[in-house]
Amino acid sequence: MITIRIQSEDFDIAAEIAKLDAENTGAVATFTGKVRREGDLTTLTLEHYPQMTEREIARIVEEAQTRWPLLGVTILHRVGRLMPGENIVLVAVATSHRSAAFQACEFLMDYLKTKAPFWKQEERNGTAQWVEAKYSDDKAAERWRNK
Amino acid sequence: MTLLYFAWLRQKIGRGEEQLSLPAEVKTVSDLVLFLKKRGGGFEDAFADLRRIRVAVNQDHCGFDAPLRDTDEVAFFPPVTGG
Repeated sequence: MITIRIQSEDFDIAAEIAKLDAENTGAVATFTGKVRREGDLTTLTLEHYPQMTEREIARIVEEAQTRWPLLGVTILHRVGRLMPGENIVLVAVATSHRSAAFQACEFLMDYLKTKAPFWKQEERNGTAQWVEAKYSDDKAAERWRNK
Repeated sequence: MTLLYFAWLRQKIGRGEEQLSLPAEVKTVSDLVLFLKKRGGGFEDAFADLRRIRVAVNQDHCGFDAPLRDTDEVAFFPPVTGG
């Protein structure tokens, strides 16, 4: 089962894991990305390209499916205004064995960060600033190319 | 064609979307960028450094050499920062 949702509301991680429990599931790996509680950061606002986002994530999931035998994948990504400590993204992967679950989860996050059309804007001390893409994120996605 | 601008490109240009009839001289995304920059103002500012800009045609990531048709949806945006 593949679930991809873009939403403004929060998600219930336990409920999402429970929904993923397919026959033969021996492992579920999850990753949750959160808004850091750091110093003067007051809000994080996420913008996206609605017509493209789900399609792009679906393509990333298809790519993961060619690499690992995935029994289920859930990717939820929030948009809009978020506060420090709030959830941003959930990636959950169900497989028969743990190695594929861990690897696919990391692959999906690395690709999501470099391909899915989302943009973060931080607000600090009343000043909004767009977050710059990180070179380290490109490097993280690149290392999967020759695997 | 439909043009879409996201994040700081949208802010510099002052709108997120516009309709445009494909100008005769525009064959590729690069041509379109040159055409838009000639409008000056926010467009010139937004497209000043193409290394900071990514493009998608019909919701697929592509390069600035991608060919364009009048029915295309072309989106310009900064490198993505989700997750």
